[in-house]
Amino acid sequence: MAEAAAVAHDDHHYTSTGLNSWKVGFWTFIGSECLFFGTLLSTYMVYKGAALQGPYPGDVFDIPLTTVSTFVLLMSSLAMVLALDGVQRANKKLTLFWLGVVIVFGAIFLGFQYYEFNHFVHEGLTLQQSVFGSTFFVLTGFHGAHVTVGVIWMISLFVMALRGKLPPEKALNVEIAGLYWHFVDIVWIVIFVLVYLIP
Amino acid sequence: MSVTTAPTPATSPETHHEATGLWSWITTVDHKRIGIMYFVTSLFFLGVGGIEALIIRLQLFSPENQLISAQLYNQLFTMHGTTMIFLVAMPQAVAFFNYIVPLQIGARDVAFPRLNALSYWIYLFGAIYLNVSWFVGAAPNTSWVGYANLTSTQFSPGLNVDFWVLGLSILGVSSIMGGVNFITTIINLRAPGMKLMRMPLFTWMTFVTSFLLVTALPVIAVALILLAFDRFFATNFFVASAGGDPVLWQHLFWIFGHPEVYILVLPAFGVISDVIPAFSRKPLFGYPVVVYAGVLIGFIGWGVWSHHMFTSGLGPIADSFFVASTMIIAIPTGVKIFNWMATMWGGALRFTTAMMFAVGLVALFTVGGLSGIMHSSAPVDLQQHDSYFVVAHFHYVIVGGILLGMFSGVYYWFPKVTGRLLSEKLGKLHFWTTIIGFNLTFFPMHFSGMYGMPRRTWTYQAELNVEIYNQLSTVGAFFLGASTLLLLWNIWKSLKSGEKAGHNPWGAPTLEWSIPSPPHHYNFPELPEVRSREPLWHDDEKAAIEAVTLKEPVTEPEMPNPSFWPIIVALGTTVTWALVMTGKWWAPLLGLAFTAVGIYGWAFEDPFKKKAAH
Repeated sequence: MAEAAAVAHDDHHYTSTGLNSWKVGFWTFIGSECLFFGTLLSTYMVYKGAALQGPYPGDVFDIPLTTVSTFVLLMSSLAMVLALDGVQRANKKLTLFWLGVVIVFGAIFLGFQYYEFNHFVHEGLTLQQSVFGSTFFVLTGFHGAHVTVGVIWMISLFVMALRGKLPPEKALNVEIAGLYWHFVDIVWIVIFVLVYLIP
Repeated sequence: MSVTTAPTPATSPETHHEATGLWSWITTVDHKRIGIMYFVTSLFFLGVGGIEALIIRLQLFSPENQLISAQLYNQLFTMHGTTMIFLVAMPQAVAFFNYIVPLQIGARDVAFPRLNALSYWIYLFGAIYLNVSWFVGAAPNTSWVGYANLTSTQFSPGLNVDFWVLGLSILGVSSIMGGVNFITTIINLRAPGMKLMRMPLFTWMTFVTSFLLVTALPVIAVALILLAFDRFFATNFFVASAGGDPVLWQHLFWIFGHPEVYILVLPAFGVISDVIPAFSRKPLFGYPVVVYAGVLIGFIGWGVWSHHMFTSGLGPIADSFFVASTMIIAIPTGVKIFNWMATMWGGALRFTTAMMFAVGLVALFTVGGLSGIMHSSAPVDLQQHDSYFVVAHFHYVIVGGILLGMFSGVYYWFPKVTGRLLSEKLGKLHFWTTIIGFNLTFFPMHFSGMYGMPRRTWTYQAELNVEIYNQLSTVGAFFLGASTLLLLWNIWKSLKSGEKAGHNPWGAPTLEWSIPSPPHHYNFPELPEVRSREPLWHDDEKAAIEAVTLKEPVTEPEMPNPSFWPIIVALGTTVTWALVMTGKWWAPLLGLAFTAVGIYGWAFEDPFKKKAAH
């Protein structure tokens, strides 16, 4: 009973596992997202080589260019880790700097994607051109949309940090944003390997 | 069972009453109120889907009937299936998840109360959006499975499929969020001592179902997105002439669709796994086995989808695999059936209405299960595919299984929700009329199917010799419809003048029966400590728990404030999807902007902020 009474006292924080509910919920959501991207990727793989007219993947992909944008996105994950570290140590300068890096790198990745999409359309590969066009643009487009949401989320955190509303007690906010960001990164690694690198 | 040495149930706490009025329901984040809203809404759509079924039955009453047009018939059977599955069976289960699970595990609310409200509002708006199609004369008409390439703009140029593809996408969002919420709630908000293997079976099945929701719904979401792109942006996902493959739709649909079957049925299994022990006065026979069987069904349910596609020509190797996996999944289901029977064996049985519906499920679901095993065999299925035999099969599973389970839950938990008992006399009348009406409707379909009557066909020739079976089905359907009115009458009568229930009218063993009926908005003044699977069946444990759960709290536990952001975000989400219909790529962005405002308002709202009045 004493245990129960103590629990009732502190009920906003009590959980049966000791894990924070937001974290458990967000991991569950990420699990769900895995199935979402898994299905999109499967669709791409099922239709690999099924395009009836060009341009084909080999005609349009510029692997060195995409490698650079992939590298930038991966580095943004490192910045994300350092931003969280900054928040946990209550170091506003570090927090702002690394969050800024995440935002800029995310934006650079999106810039590359914008350039790539434009370039492909010029080469004749549109959403409607072939099943390759359809599957490629929808898959990478949904990933790009996720990155965009991530960048907006990071900008929101940046503004909060700027106003001093991101004390160490709120590090969880940044940690969960980080989970999302790393997840979106990992999805890109899978896309980069399956879509770009495998001929 | 010596009745209560515990303090008398608290009636009305004098401190802060829960607010009443329409606004308080719109902004509520209380899992119990959200559960009630889910229940009432799903009951309404049960009526809608039922009326659609009755018109179908009238049309099929006689051969070459001209009562309704073939076009309208297509819309009716499509909307009947879509409504019954997405707007009735799933939300009805979610209604019970909402109301019962937090009470069963000793929690004050779900893990994310506002997200819970958002799930409900999206469900409601999505359901309304889907049914608006009737008023513009373009209800979906390509059946609830919406096979490609019938759904392409070439063969379905109207708005019908647009409503379907966008409406289901909206509803999917609601289900995924519900799944996330209940997984987190069950993992994280169990009262002290409520170990996983002490959880009531209904909570366990909610847990398994939630995992299926968060994993299966994204698959159909992608399928619907691909179809939407095909329709609105002229892509080629299911266009064979451009290299697309219509069979891919079937795979994606059924990879979702078969887990969906278990999403529908596992909650009903959960309900009766609580009801049967309560009215047998025996712990559930083989509790761990029933749990593991449920989990196993959840896993194997992912490996059987192509048994819906034996006629698509997948080849003998794929067919053989899915024949085997389908036969295997009958094993854990059979295990559950035997466990329920063994629970009743030698028990002190009380045949209340709830118990009768539970036993009805065991019997009738088994009938549906047996015909299921018949067409798990590919060669047999080739004969039965798309015939009324299959219609008979899945109605035995869905009505005989799911609906009876849900009715059992209604009679069992109604006293907890309202504080009043339903009339047993009316209840038993409801039970028997349901059983008679149900069997009269669906048993003859086995025969009309065997005689070769195809599904989803507007009418039939007299030479097919199926008129008598169809007439029996039609009479039965009206009988079944009338029997459901008995339930509504019973609820109405009981709300007005039903017998007061007390906090544990059935002498049931689980935690939800340890608190007053109806519960306070904070559920538990203090969290009880659980020491066994049947806490209220052990006198010392019961006394210790009820000393905590029935007492008047010194200070009421702090509960999250009401919030209007969920309904704003739900509105934004629905509008975003609806604007896709314009075919302009920028139009949905307007809805998205509206949603974003809602999300920011939500994120920066402190749910526990003290109001100025206090």
